[in-house]
Amino acid sequence: MEFLAATTLSDALAAKREQPEAVPLMGGTDVMVELNFDRRRPPALLDLTGVRELDEWSMDGDVVRLGAGVTYTRVIEELGQALPGLAMASRTVGSPQIRNRGTVGGNLGAASPAGDSHPPLLAAGAKIELASVTGTRTVSIDDFYTGVKSHAGRPDELITAVLVRSARGPQQFSKIGTRNAMVIAVSSFGLALHPDVKRVRTGIGSAAPTPRRAVEAESFLSSALEEHDLWETRAALADSLVREFGERVKAAARPIDDVRGTAAYRLHSLAVMARRTLGWAWADYAGGTA
Amino acid sequence: MPPATPTEAPPEPAAPADAPDATRGDVAGGVGHSAGRPDSTLKVTGEFAYGSDLWMDNMLWGVTVRSPHPYARIRSIDIAEALATAGVFAVLTHEDVPGEKTYGLEVADQPVLAFDVVRYQGEPVALVAADHPEIARQAAKKVRVDYEVLEPVTDARAALGHATPDLHGDQAGQVTELSRAAPYLHPEGNLVRHLKIRVGDPDPVADVVVVGEYDVGMQDQAFLGPEAGLAVPDGVGGVDLYVATQWLHVDQRQICAALGLRAEQVRLSLAGVGGAFGGREDLSMHVHGCLLALHTGKPVKMVYNREESFFGHVHRHPAKMRYEHGADRDGRLVYVKAEIYLDGGAYASSTPAVVGNAGTMGLGPYVVPNIHVDCYGAYTNNPPCGAMRGFGSVQTAFAYEAQMDKLAAQLGMDPVELRVRNAMAEGSPIPTGQVIDSAAPVAELLQRLRAMPLPSDLDGADLRHLPGGVSNTTHGEGVRRGVGYAVAYKNVAFSEGFDDYSTARVRLEAVAGAPQVTVHTAAAEVGQGLVTVEQQICRTELGVDTVVVHPKDTQVGSGGSTSASRQTYVTGGAVRAACHRVRDRVFALAAAYLGETLDDLRLEGGNIVSQTRGAVGSVADVLGTEVVEETTQWRHRRTEPIDPETGQGFAHVQFAFAAHRAVVDVDVELGLVKVVELACTQDVGKAINPDAVVGQIQGGSTQGMGLALMEEIQISEGKIRNPSFTDYLIPTILDTPPMPIEVLEYADPHAPYGLRGVGEAPTISSGPAVMAAIRDACGLELTKVPVRPEHIVDGGADREVSGTD
Repeated sequence: MEFLAATTLSDALAAKREQPEAVPLMGGTDVMVELNFDRRRPPALLDLTGVRELDEWSMDGDVVRLGAGVTYTRVIEELGQALPGLAMASRTVGSPQIRNRGTVGGNLGAASPAGDSHPPLLAAGAKIELASVTGTRTVSIDDFYTGVKSHAGRPDELITAVLVRSARGPQQFSKIGTRNAMVIAVSSFGLALHPDVKRVRTGIGSAAPTPRRAVEAESFLSSALEEHDLWETRAALADSLVREFGERVKAAARPIDDVRGTAAYRLHSLAVMARRTLGWAWADYAGGTA
Repeated sequence: MPPATPTEAPPEPAAPADAPDATRGDVAGGVGHSAGRPDSTLKVTGEFAYGSDLWMDNMLWGVTVRSPHPYARIRSIDIAEALATAGVFAVLTHEDVPGEKTYGLEVADQPVLAFDVVRYQGEPVALVAADHPEIARQAAKKVRVDYEVLEPVTDARAALGHATPDLHGDQAGQVTELSRAAPYLHPEGNLVRHLKIRVGDPDPVADVVVVGEYDVGMQDQAFLGPEAGLAVPDGVGGVDLYVATQWLHVDQRQICAALGLRAEQVRLSLAGVGGAFGGREDLSMHVHGCLLALHTGKPVKMVYNREESFFGHVHRHPAKMRYEHGADRDGRLVYVKAEIYLDGGAYASSTPAVVGNAGTMGLGPYVVPNIHVDCYGAYTNNPPCGAMRGFGSVQTAFAYEAQMDKLAAQLGMDPVELRVRNAMAEGSPIPTGQVIDSAAPVAELLQRLRAMPLPSDLDGADLRHLPGGVSNTTHGEGVRRGVGYAVAYKNVAFSEGFDDYSTARVRLEAVAGAPQVTVHTAAAEVGQGLVTVEQQICRTELGVDTVVVHPKDTQVGSGGSTSASRQTYVTGGAVRAACHRVRDRVFALAAAYLGETLDDLRLEGGNIVSQTRGAVGSVADVLGTEVVEETTQWRHRRTEPIDPETGQGFAHVQFAFAAHRAVVDVDVELGLVKVVELACTQDVGKAINPDAVVGQIQGGSTQGMGLALMEEIQISEGKIRNPSFTDYLIPTILDTPPMPIEVLEYADPHAPYGLRGVGEAPTISSGPAVMAAIRDACGLELTKVPVRPEHIVDGGADREVSGTD
C-alpha cells in the first residue's frame, strides 16, 4: 500500500487526481479500524492530517464554512451556538479520544448510515464542498448520500468543507444506543426548525440504507404549523399533531434487523425521538429563546 | 428419598499449628492495610509489560488458521501455497502434533489442531510462522481447507434430545424433530454432566406456587489484554513459554502431553496479564506457539487481535432455566424445583465444574426443605464455554432471585422481608446437605442495604444522569424509577473433592545489612492484586518491610488456579505457612546467636523481639550470611464429591455472601436504562487489603451489571455476530453508578486470617438486583438477560403513554 502525505490542499488534490483510488485519511477513526481488521486494502492512503487549510472553520456572512478536518471536539467547544444540532451529535460520538481525532469531513467521507453527523446536517440543510484540481463545487446534503456508504463525490475529488447556515431556530438531536456513552447509533434523529422560512427539516440515522430526511413528515408538519399560524403565535402544539409527526417520521425509515437492534424497535424509537425532539425544539421556540 | 440429614465436614487434614491471628494488623503495609501494588506505577504510566509486549530479536510471528464453520468435516488441508510464501518458516497441522492430539482442563476432548471435524466457528486448524506478522496473516489465507459443511447443533436441549420449548406459545415443551435429530458431537454423546439434587418430599405441596422460565445470554470476559505469549526453544528439545495465563502448572501439564515432553522440558513464566476473569483457564496459543518454536528452532510470538480473542477463549455458559417455587402463606419456602440447561459449546472445558456450581448453588442463600434440581451441561456447536467469574452461580442467580420477587408479589410481601424470612444463617444446611459452619449473615446484608439512604430523585438537569446520557433521548419523559434487591452466595476455592493446594517459597536474607524477603509462587497475578497480598502477608509474618515478589514461573510448585476467589485464601495460606517455617528457623538461629532459647519471640520491625525482654537482636545480624528458605505446600480443608443420585455431600470449602440494592431510572418508552446507584454489602471475613476489596466489589458489581444490561455474545446458527468491542458492549464509566459499599468482617475460623474469597460474590448478585429494579420500574416480567431496549418496549406495548412527551 502506498502512503501519500500532503501538506497543502493543492498537493492533496493533485495526488487525488493522480491516484483517485487513494483513500483519504484524516482522524483515522474509521479507515484505520478497517485496515487493522483487514477489511479493506486500498492501493494507497492519502494522509490529509498535514493539510492546514482543512483544519479551520470560518464565517461567510451567516454561513459556517466548516473545514473537513475540524474535529468533533472543536465543533462541541466552538460551534455550539451556530450549529447546535451538529454539536449535540458530536457530543455523542465515541469517547473523548475519538472526538479529538474524528472529523465531520471523515464522517461524510465514510457516509455510513450510522454516522452521527448526518442527521443534524440533513436537518440543517447543509452543503458539501467538493474540490478537485479542476475546481470546486457544492452539493446539497439532500443529494449527497447515494447508497450504502457511498456519496456524490467523484474519485478525483476531496471533501474540503461543509457549509451550514448558522441556526435561525432551535435544533435537536437524539440517538439511541444500548449504553449511555461510546456507542454506535441503533437509530438517531435530527430536527431543525427554520422559522425564517417557516420550514422544519429532519434527518434519520441508522434506519435506512443511507441517512435520509423524513420529507413527507416535514411537509406535513410545516403545513400544519403554517395553517394554524403557529410560527407567529408560538402556541403549544396539539398532542395529535406531535404524535402524527412521529408516525410520519417512522414511516420514512426503512430499517433492518441487525446485531444492534431490531427493525421494529428502530421504527418505534424514531417515532418517540421525533415526538420528543419536536416537543423540546418547539418549547424553545415558544419560549422565545430562539 | 434421602432424608435431609446434614452432611458434616470430613476430618480435617493436619490442622495448621496456630490459630488465625488476624489481630496482628498493625504492621505497616501488612495484613489489613491498603498496601499499594508493586506494579501500580508501571501500570498507570503505561510502562507495564503485558504479554503482547513480549519481544525477542529474530523472533517469528505465529498466526492461527481457524474454521469459518461451526460444524464441518475436514476433507483435506493443503498447505503448499502457504508454505511457499517468502518469509514463511512453518505451516503446521494436526499431523505435526507429536504427543496427545487432544487436551482439556477436565476432559481431553479438544484437538490441539482440528482433525476429521471442526466443532465450532474459530476452531484452530493450522498454524503459520513467518518473519513478519502481516506475512504470516496473508500466508494463513493461503492454507486451503476443504470442508464438508454440516448442520450445526445450536440448542442445548435439542443436543440432549430433550424437549425444546414451543417458541411461539406457552405450551409445555415437546421433543421435536430438532431434538430427535441431534447428532453426537463427541463419541459418548452430547451430555457433559447431569447433576441431580433430591431432598425431601418428591411431591411437595405448597400454598403458593410461582413458575418462571429464564434465559441468560453468553457473556464474555472481555479482558483488555488479548491472548499473547512467546515460546523460546532451548536448543535441546525443550521450550520456555512466556504467557499471560491463570494457572501455569495446569497449562504445563497439557502442553507436555501435547508435545510429548517432560515437565522439566517445558518451563512457563507468567507474562503480564491484562485481565482474565476465567477466560485464560483454558489453553489458547500455548501449545501452538511451542509447536512452531520447536519446529523452526526460533522464538515465536503469538498475539490475538480483539476479533480473534472472541474466538480464542471460552465464554460464560448461556443458560435456559425453569424454576418452580412453593411457599406457605407466611412466605416460608416449602420446595424448589429447578431445571437448568447450560450450553457448553463444542468442548467440555470446565463445564463439569460449572454444572456442579450451578446445580449446588442454584437455589440461592435460602433454606429449602424439599428440593428437586436437574442441571445439565451439553455439547453443541456453539462457541466453547467454560470459566468466568461467578462460574455457574451467576446464571442461576438471575432465575432464583426473579423467583423470589415473583413469590413476594404473589404473597403481597416485601421482597426483602421474604428473603430475610428464608435466609440461610450459620448452621443452615445448603441444598447438598452441608451445614454452614461459619458466619452466613444473609439477613444482615439485606437489612443493612435496606437501611442505606436511597439516592435523591431524578436529576434531569444533567443529561448524563438520565437514561440515554448525552445521546439526549429524554429530558425526563417516560422515566420511571425502580428499586431491586438480590443476594448471592458463592463457594470459594475448588469443590467436590478436588485436591486444591498452593505452593510458596519464602526466602529471608540480609541484603546490604537489611533484611529482605523474597516470595516465590506460581500463582498468577492477573490484575486482582495477589502480588500485593503476598507482600502483605510476608510483612506481617516476618516483620520485614522489603518484600520482593519473584516472577511467577514453574520453577516452584503449583499455585493452583487464579479463579474461584481462591488465591488469597489458598496461596495466601501457603505464603503464611512458609513464613512460619522461615520464622521458626530464624528463632533457631537466634537461639544460637543469643546462646539461649527464648520461647516468647516474634519478628517485628526487622528485629527479633522478646515479649519480656524487648528487641534481642536484628534479623540482619542474626542471619549474617545465612539464607533461610522454605518451600511449603498448603491445602484448604478437604471436600467430598457429591452423591450422583441425591447431590448430597460436603462439597464446598467456604461460602462468600454478597447482596446488592440497585436503583434504576428506566425510560419505559424507549427501553433505555440508567443505573442510578448500585449499593453492595458483602462479608469478606477479613479484609486483607481493604482498598483492593472495595476494588473487587466495584469491578464485580460492574461486570454483573453489564450482563444484566448489555453484555452478550450474539450467536446465530453457531456463528458469533458481534466479535468486537464496537458491538460487544461493556459498561463505560458513564454507565457505572455510585456504589455505596459496606464491608463486613465475620472471620471464618477455617481460613487464614479468617478471610473469605471476595472477587466473585458481587458479580453474582449485582445483575439480578439491576434486573429486579428494572422490573420494578416497568412492571414487566423480563425473563431474558441481558435485557434489551426492545424487550422493555415490546413488553410495554400496551402501556398507556402520556401524550405530553
